[in-house]
Formats: sequence, structure tokens, C-alpha cells
Amino acid sequence: MIEFKAIYVIWLREIKRFIRAKSRVIGMIVMPLLFLIGLGYSFNSLVHLSGNVNYFDFLVPGIVGMSLLFTSINNGASIIWDKQFGFLKEIMVTPNSRISIALGKIIGGASTALIQGVLVVIIGVLLGFSLSVTAVTLVFLVFMLLIAITFISLGLAIGSFMSDFQGFGIVMQFVAFPLFFISGALVPVTTLPTVLKYVAYLNPLTYGVDGLRATLLGTSTFGIGLDLTAMLISSIIMVFVCAWAFTKGNTT
Amino acid sequence: MNQFNQNNKITFDIEVDSLVKKFKEFIAVNGVSFKVNSGEIFGLLGPNGAGKTTTIKMLTTLIEPTSGKARVANYDIKNNKSNVRKNIGIVFQDPSLDDKLTGKENLIFHGMLYNLENKLMLKRISEVLKLVELEDKANILVENYSGGMKRRLEIARGLMHQPKVIFLDEPTVGLDPQTRRKIWDYIIELNKKHKTTIILTTHYIEEADFLCNRVAFVDHGKIVALDTPEKLKNKMGGDIISLKIDFPTNKDIFTKIKWIKNVKIINDVIELTVDDGEKKMLDVLDIAKKNNIKVNSVNLRKPSLEDVFIKITGKGIREETGSFKDKMRMIHGRIR
Repeated sequence: MIEFKAIYVIWLREIKRFIRAKSRVIGMIVMPLLFLIGLGYSFNSLVHLSGNVNYFDFLVPGIVGMSLLFTSINNGASIIWDKQFGFLKEIMVTPNSRISIALGKIIGGASTALIQGVLVVIIGVLLGFSLSVTAVTLVFLVFMLLIAITFISLGLAIGSFMSDFQGFGIVMQFVAFPLFFISGALVPVTTLPTVLKYVAYLNPLTYGVDGLRATLLGTSTFGIGLDLTAMLISSIIMVFVCAWAFTKGNTT
Repeated sequence: MNQFNQNNKITFDIEVDSLVKKFKEFIAVNGVSFKVNSGEIFGLLGPNGAGKTTTIKMLTTLIEPTSGKARVANYDIKNNKSNVRKNIGIVFQDPSLDDKLTGKENLIFHGMLYNLENKLMLKRISEVLKLVELEDKANILVENYSGGMKRRLEIARGLMHQPKVIFLDEPTVGLDPQTRRKIWDYIIELNKKHKTTIILTTHYIEEADFLCNRVAFVDHGKIVALDTPEKLKNKMGGDIISLKIDFPTNKDIFTKIKWIKNVKIINDVIELTVDDGEKKMLDVLDIAKKNNIKVNSVNLRKPSLEDVFIKITGKGIREETGSFKDKMRMIHGRIR
């Protein structure tokens, strides 16, 4: 059922394409950079958060989460390109299980998203983020991976049912942006209006961003244990949703 | 290799039984049945939008048939997809390469998806690259390839895992004559050397005539004729001699002669259907002279598959401006 060679080669293709698309690397750094400077620097003196946290430090993990969210959904949706250029047919006609093909895409996309996440952390540090180095700091990589897996699977699932990019802009507006705004990436979840707060509790990114804060900054709303559990559950659910979409969707 | 076969001597690599594909209200393939022998080159010939590609897509497990049954390499296309996929190779009508990868990388990708052992894979890659004469271009990105080079690479890729059955969907569409000729040679060589069963779709008459052991005419989602190219052409009942004349003449002069099977007068051209055209040409000219018909030029031609197709369906194969339905069939074929 699981063909490791197929997963490996599909992963390898994603990495090769990533390395060769230099403009993509620049493009994916610019948006977080703008947010950190435009939002972080300007609101830093205006916004006072409870505890001893300044807004810029609060924002950096949120922006890491944001860039992971957008890259991941985009990576997943790259399946629409594969469809348009006919390459997906070539993959789907091979004797590999749909789940292996989906896993290859997910792991490939997650790898490139991880690289981007780490880059954004580095940019944050260069701009003055006070990284707290503790025993759990490196666990931020696990959170990044789980955020990536969740949202690549989402992108793949949506992409499986679309045949061109026309509908994809709408998806970004109606799915990606709400996920971003109602996640505690920009403001603490606890300050959101009650209704939105409950929406945020259902959003995996909320726990992802909180987990990034717990590991990178040392403060969190839910605690690292709950964050990790929530992200694991969402990753597993989304991988299954993606595998289902892959067999049911329009993938030729 | 299969109990199913040990009982009957003739083996079929493809058995299609009343296959139907509907897209909503629209019927793209309307009850197609045929069998392809092991080691045969079989052609589906018909105009664009006749339902050829949709048939291929069903046989290669890319889309589900609405009804009907089919077996490929002795496996059911509905219940045993994985085994069907293991035994087939396909060259799609539309490009299906990753152009951000090099030619060789595209082949490696393919080889690994077919679980070829590493050494064998590299050996096959150099073999097929040599076959399609792309060895020196193997390490450049596919986006820098010409159309013909891409096509050759796709064919190389389809051959790489040496499948039992190869599907070629319009293999030479848009290629220059030399490349086309070369690809025909590869196809024949492949068929001879590895006994690969080949099923191809085409709307090029010469291609079907040159390559195929048997040809099925496909029109409006149905097979309207199926036979060897020779036998199909014999349906025309002989060679065609056409005479260009100055003045309109009476048909009767020719119709009363026994060995002239058919007479057609189109403006200033008389078309006569006869057996043994080379010999009868002189007799025809004699008759014309006796009846004071001034012949400006004379032409002998063997009937082509196109003539047969026109006779059967009432239209040519390359008439691009098909009916609305044909276009629908094409659009659906592309999207799905």
C-alpha cells in the first residue's frame, strides 16, 4: 500500500523544483519581512500586551505561522499546475497507491515549507526578536512540520477538486485569510470577541502559532502539551482527508 | 502466466466489451467493442473528437467507464487497476513532462515510480535516450526542448519500463515528417523486438496504414469498421483512374463496360474504379479516343484509408471543423 520509492522520488522532485525556482524563495521571504517591519515595528510602541512581552516579539512566531500557512496551501495547490501541465496524469497512471502519491507531495511540500519557516525565524532574529533558548526551543521544528502537513493536505484536498487556478484565488480569500486572522497570529486569542474566540479554538493554526510561541518565546496560552496534541490530531485528520480527496477528486 | 489463457490458444492483450462513457448528458464513447491480439499494432483511426482519447483513458484506468467491460493485459480495468497499471505504458496526447526537470530527471522519476532497480533503470535510460537520439540533450531542462524533442522524450519514457501493452495517443501529432518517420521506426522496432502490443490513436491516415496490423474506424463514439488496412481498402473495390477532360461527356460510355466498377463525374474529371489500374489505364485511354473524348491528363491512384472512411461515414478524417458534438467530445476529453 505504501511505496517508499514513489514517496521518495515525488519528494525529490518537489525539492528540485524548489531549488530551481529562485524567485519563489525571494517571494516567500518578502511578505513576512513586510509584515514584521510594517506591522511589528510600527505597532511595537502602541500595543501593550499583558506580561513582559513586547509586540514585535509576540508577532514573530505569528508571522512564521502565517508564512507556513500560505506556503503550505500554495504547495498543496501546486497539484493544479501538475494537472494543467498534464504531469499529474503521468503520476496517476503509474502502479502506485494514491496514498503514497499524496504522502510524497505532502512530505515534499513540508520540507520546502520548513526551509521557509526557518528562514523567517532567522529574519526575525536579525530584526531583533528575543529568541529564548531553552530545552524545548528546537521543538519549534516539530510545530512547523505539523503546521505544514496540516495545510499542505488542505491545499492538496482543495486542489484535487479544481481544474484551474480561477477558483483558487477565491479559496485563498475564503480559507487562507480567515485561518490567518482568526488564529492568534496577530493578536492574542484571548482578546478576540467571544464568537471569534471559539472559531479560533477550532483552527489548527491557533495551536500551531501558540506552540511556536511556547518554543521560540517561552510564553503560551494553552501550554506546549495541548498545542502539540492538537497539531498532531489535525495533521492526522488532514492527511486522511487529503488521501480521500485524492481518490475522489478530479486528478486526471 | 494466467490460467485464463492456458485454455484458449489465442491470447488477447486487450478485450473491450460495449464500453460506454457519458459526461453528464453527453455520450463520448457509445458502446465500443474490440479485441487486440498479443503482439499486434492496433490503430484507432478517426477525426478529432471521435472518442478515441476517451477510450484510451478508460483502458489506462484514468477515468471510469459509465458501463461496459474491458480487460487489459488480462486484468479487469475496473477491479484490478493496479495490475493494469503495472503492465501498461502510455504516451499521452497532451504533453505530460515536468519542464523544470531535465530530460534525464524526467526519466529517473518515471523509472522510480515503476520501481525499476537502480542499475537496470540507468541502463534502460541510456538505451531509450539513444533510441530517440536525445543522449546529448539529456541534462538540459525540458523547458528548453523543442516540441519534437519533448515528444521523443515522452515516447522514450513510455518505453522505459518495457510494458506488455503500450498506448500511444496521437504519437506524432505536430511533428515534422522526418521525426514522424523516425518515431514510426521506433514503434515498429519495439513491436518486433519486445513483442510489445501497441494500440495507437491517430487521425493521420498514412500513420494507421503504415503501422497498424489492424485498424478500427472510430466515428461519433462508435467503431464503424474494423479490419486490416488492406481489406479495408479493398472495400473500395479497386484502383481509381481519373481523367481530366475538356468537355462534359456521357457517363454511359463508361458504365456499359463490364470491368469498370464505378463511374463518377465531377465537373471535368471522370473517376473510374477498376481492378489492376496499371494495366487498365491504357484500355481506358483507348475507349476515350474511340469516343472522341479529349483527355488532358490521366491519374491513377490506389484507394487510401481516407477514401474508405469517407465511403463509410460520409466525411473525411481531417475535417477539423467537426460537428458541435465532436467538439464537445474533444473538450470533455481534454478536461477529464
